[in-house]
Order: sequence, then structure tokens, then C-alpha cells
Amino acid sequence: MPELLKVNNLIKRFGDSTVLDDISLTVKKGEVVVILGPSGCGKSTLLRCINALEDIQGGEILIDGENILTGGKHNSKVGMVFQSYDLFPHLTVLDNITLAPCKVQKRDKAQVRDEARELLKRVGLFDKEKSYPRELSGGQKQRAAIVRSLIMHPELLLFDEVTAALDPEMVREVLEVILDLAKQGKTMMIVTHEMQFARAIADRVIMIDGGKIIEENPPERFFTNPDTERARQFLNTFTYESVRA
Amino acid sequence: MNAEVLNEYLPLFGNAALLTVWLGLAGIGLSIVIGLICSLVQFYKIPVARQIVRIYIELSRNTPLLIQLFFIYYGLPKIGIKTDPAVCGVVGLAFLGGSYMAETFRSGLEAVDKVHSESAFTLGLNKLQTFIYVILPQALSTSIPPFVANVIFLLKETSVFSAVSLMDLMFTAKDLIGLYYNTTESLFLLVVFYLIILLPVSLLGTYLEHKLGTPGVRQSIRKNAASRKERKTTIKEGVVNVGN
Amino acid sequence: MWGIEVIFKGKNLIRLLGGLGTALEISLIAVAISIPIGIILGILMAGRNPVIKAILRVYLDFVRIMPQLVLLFLVFFGTTKVWGWDLSGEVSAVIVFSMWGAAEMSDLVRGALNAIPQHQYESAQSLGFTPLQTKIYIVIPQCVRRLIPLSINLITRMVKTTSLVLMIGVVEVLKVAQQIIEANRMSAPNAAFGVYLFVFALYFAVCFVLSIAARKLEKKWS
Repeated sequence: MPELLKVNNLIKRFGDSTVLDDISLTVKKGEVVVILGPSGCGKSTLLRCINALEDIQGGEILIDGENILTGGKHNSKVGMVFQSYDLFPHLTVLDNITLAPCKVQKRDKAQVRDEARELLKRVGLFDKEKSYPRELSGGQKQRAAIVRSLIMHPELLLFDEVTAALDPEMVREVLEVILDLAKQGKTMMIVTHEMQFARAIADRVIMIDGGKIIEENPPERFFTNPDTERARQFLNTFTYESVRA
Repeated sequence: MNAEVLNEYLPLFGNAALLTVWLGLAGIGLSIVIGLICSLVQFYKIPVARQIVRIYIELSRNTPLLIQLFFIYYGLPKIGIKTDPAVCGVVGLAFLGGSYMAETFRSGLEAVDKVHSESAFTLGLNKLQTFIYVILPQALSTSIPPFVANVIFLLKETSVFSAVSLMDLMFTAKDLIGLYYNTTESLFLLVVFYLIILLPVSLLGTYLEHKLGTPGVRQSIRKNAASRKERKTTIKEGVVNVGN
Repeated sequence: MWGIEVIFKGKNLIRLLGGLGTALEISLIAVAISIPIGIILGILMAGRNPVIKAILRVYLDFVRIMPQLVLLFLVFFGTTKVWGWDLSGEVSAVIVFSMWGAAEMSDLVRGALNAIPQHQYESAQSLGFTPLQTKIYIVIPQCVRRLIPLSINLITRMVKTTSLVLMIGVVEVLKVAQQIIEANRMSAPNAAFGVYLFVFALYFAVCFVLSIAARKLEKKWS
């Protein structure tokens, strides 16, 4: 499999604090990489850097061999879904989805609409195309946001804690959509706190702490027998056995 | 009150009210233009222009319109800038209103969540597209209630136009009181005409505030109100139960 | 140049500052009256009695929708006609600005009271606070913090509004400025520029300082 994303010695600072310290990684086409780590470890910042939302202080980020920061424009090969509901509140679901394909890619409106409806059907929102974001539940909003990202046909999809703001009963409907995307062979980088989900979807797990990559392993290995003590500690925070003892 | 006097004064006040409305609308229109430009300069943090806008806003907001008008109408001609009363009134009102509109539009723009411009960027929209399709529509809907408040404020401020010898409602009232001592009728018509001008705008403002607002905000307010009601009833029930 | 020198001639500067003093005095008295009345009205407005609320609503809306200059005319000319009172411009101004200030203040107080979320009352209740204790320890401290910067803003608006008293013949800054310009019309025909610029600067100085103070407090307490 060819490499889609290559990050070399990435350094990101906010003022004096170094948030990402010499990060290097690659993502192959069709691979699903889950990024784990405690809050504030820099994993969201990593996704934002790959999406060119942050300027970087060192290293380089290449998509298909092309530096993402050249030209100051967004690389259309990358798509991202955010943690907070980022649907535009003044547009209907359908308008949210068709805005960018029509205005940015100048695609045919009718054709875009058909594709949007097709995708909405696939995520179970067929009847919601005329709804405004305020009329949707959190889970529905995130599914619509995923569709909005998909219709641009990105090659790399970034998910930044997309279920973190959801009520527990809505988490599953969103995660199932992402699992479905994995089955279709989409290349994805996922930041999440849902450990079961991470284990089920990941081809590879990368753990970040203190701005550095601590461990990089297949999920079975990472979750059952991690190489590092730090990863073990981190995984323990998700169980309550130590509390009972 | 004398009906004959009222009848006789009515057209005088009517004309004066028209003058007030025309000058007010012209000044407000100009304020909107100034306000939009200033708010964009501030929102996009354009260097130098930003500092100039800041100084303008402070000067405009921290001085009364009457003083601004005196300076424009009586002061400026002494250094060669002459204006006729109507122009002076409109310019003065725009000088005052521009800063109020600028602050309103700017806070509307700033109220748009950053994640929306980031999503727009992620979807490949350029800066102009992001502004037109994503930021502006949201900013406008949050700006509407304070915008209407500004319009009312500026229409009220036109009442000092008589100071630069514009024959507006105040001028007419003062004139008629001074000349004929028909104080009651003059004051009555003065109040009535200001109500005719201001009340519809004020009602429209209240209506829009309830109807429009920001979609998201409106919903969360409603939700809070609903859950508050719920909680209240549960508490009441709880009290009843304890009593039983 | 441009008549600025006229300001420093004789007692002119002192007279101008005296005029400003008159305007400030009117504002301060009006603020001192309107704040307590406004607080009472605001509490009533946030309360439950529908009759009182309806009456207050009409009164407050009228005062807030009318230009302050119209209110000045109503009191200054109207009371003479109706009751034969001969109120001076200063007294009329204090009455009008107090009425207007109280209306504005009551709206601020109502807003501050309504801004306190219901759950705070509920948690206070469940902690065993009496309604009075809830007000003393929880409601009032929060309202005061919100209200102080807003009240300073109200003072700024009041100072700006007092410039209107010129129109009912009170001798304040603008009137003094007119007199000075008139008296020096031969020796300094262009004095209007400098003198009015100076008046502009005087008002700006006072209001700007107040605005800064309000902003500082708002930042500190928000």
C-alpha cells in the first residue's frame, strides 16, 4: 500500500510550550489509525496541523508527497469532522452538505443533491434533509457533519473526538457510521476516548503523551500487552479494578 | 386642549416629522455603511486602519451628539469647511451612529463560533466565500436586536437637530410655544409624532427579538425555560409529598 | 490659532470648567436619585405582581422611548402651563434625568436579577438557606458585580445627555462657550472652532475616563 500521509519531525509550539515535539508518522492508503492519549497531550493539535488549521514551527506534513502548507490553501484531499457540532446553523442539512461542492468544486447542483441524498440515506438521515441543525439531536448532527465531509471526496478523513460532546446513547449511531466507512476502505485518523471502538476499528494505535509518540502498535497488542509502562497506566484509567482493590 | 389649534398645527408637525424621518434615515443609512466598514476592519484586524477605527469609536461614543453638531456646524466653517444644516445633521448622526453600528456588527461577527470558519476552511471555502456564506448570515441574525435598538437610539438623537436650525419636531414645538403659548397642544403633538415614528420601530424590535434571534440561542433558551418549569413542578410536587 | 487662545484669556477657562461643573452636578444628582429608585423599580419588575408590572411597563417604556429632549420640554414647559409651576431649567433637568435614569437602571436591575439561574436558588434552598439569606449571600453579591460597571455606563450616558439642558436655557458648557465666542467675535472671529473643539475635548475627557473605568470593572468581574 502506498503512503498517503507522511509527517516528518513535526514541531508545534504555542508560545513557550511545545505541544508536539518531533512527531513522525505515516498513514498508508486504506489504513485506520487511532490516536490515543490523555487530555491535553496534543492529539487534537496533531489533527489540526494535518488539516492546516495551525501553523507549524518545524518539520513537514506531506499528503501524497505534497506539502500541505504550500500556498496557504486547504488541501482538498483532507476532510475533518470536529468535536463540537459544526454544521452551519443557518442552513438546512442539505444546504450544509451541498454548499462546498457547489461553491468550491463548482459541481453540478442536481448531481450533488442526488449524491447528498444517497449519503444521507446511508447514515440514516434520509428524512432530515430539510431540517435545520437545531432540530437535530447531537448524534444526527454529527452524522450529517460526516456526510458534509464525505461529499468532498477526501482521501484522508480526520475525526477529532466526534463523540465527546454526545449523550452516551447517541455515541453508538455515530461510531457505526465510522465503522461502516472503515469497511469501505476509507483512510482515517481518529482521535477518540472510546476504547472499545478504538480497538474494533483501528489497524494501528498511536499513543501520544506530552507531545511525543509513546507507543505505536496494532490494537490487539496495544490493548492487551502494551510495550510501555505509560500506556499501561493510561489504559488502567479506563478500568475501575484498581479502585475496588 | 383646543381642537382648532390642533388642526392648525397638525400639518406643521407632519412636515417636521417628515424632515426628522428623512434626516434620520439618511444618517442611519450612512451609519450602517460606516459601521460595516469599521466592524470588518476590526474583525479582520487590519493593521493601522484598526487603530484609526478604535480612535474614531472612542471619540464618537464618548461625546454627545449636540457637541458634535456644534463643532461641525459652528466650528468647522471657521477653518473653511462649511455645511448646510441638513448635511450637518446627517453627517453628525452618521458620525455618532457609525460607532454604535460598528460595535453591534463586530460583536455579531465575533459571536460566530470559530469552528464554523474552520469547517468552512476544511471544506475548501476561501475567505470571501466563508464570509458570505457562513459568517455574515449568522452575524446578521445575532445583530438584529441590538441593530434595532441602535435605530431607535439614533432616531431619538435626531431631536437635537433644532440646535443647527433644522425645522424638525423640537424646533416646531419650541417655536409654537414661544410664539403663541399653545403649550399643551404643541407638547401633545410633539409626543404623538415621536410615538408615531418610534413606536412601530420599537414594536418591530420586540417582535424580531422573539421571532428571529439566533436559531441555536433561541432553542437553548426555550429548552432552559422548559426544564426550569419542569424542575419547579417537581420541587412543588416534592414539597406536597413531604407535607403529606 | 483658530481661537484656542481665547480659552486662556481672562476667566474663560474657569467659566468653561464651571459650565462643565453645572452639567456634571446635574448628572450626579440625577444619578444619585435614579439608582435607588431604579433598583426598587427593577425588583418590582422582576417580581410577580402583574398589575404593578403592567403599570411600570407602560411608564418605563414611555420614558425610554421618548427622546430625553422631549421629556425635558414636557417638564419644563408643560408644568408651567398645567400647574403654573415655574421650574428652573436645572430643576427640570434633574427631574427628567432622574426619571429617565431610574427607568434605565430598573431595566439593568431586572436583567441582572433574571440572569441568576434558577438552579442557584434551588441549591441555596437545598442547602437550607432562608429566602432572605439567599438574597443576602447569593443574589445581591452577584447582582452588584454585574451592576456596577453598567451603572458607570449609565453615568457616562447621563453626562452626555446633560448637554441637552442648553436647549432649555441652562447655562452649561455650551452656553458659556457661545457667550465666550460672542464676546470675542471682534478680536478672534474664528474662536468658534477652537472653543467648540475644546468643549468636545472636555466632554470626551470626562466620558472616556468613565468608560475606561466601566470596562476595567467589567473585565475584572466577568
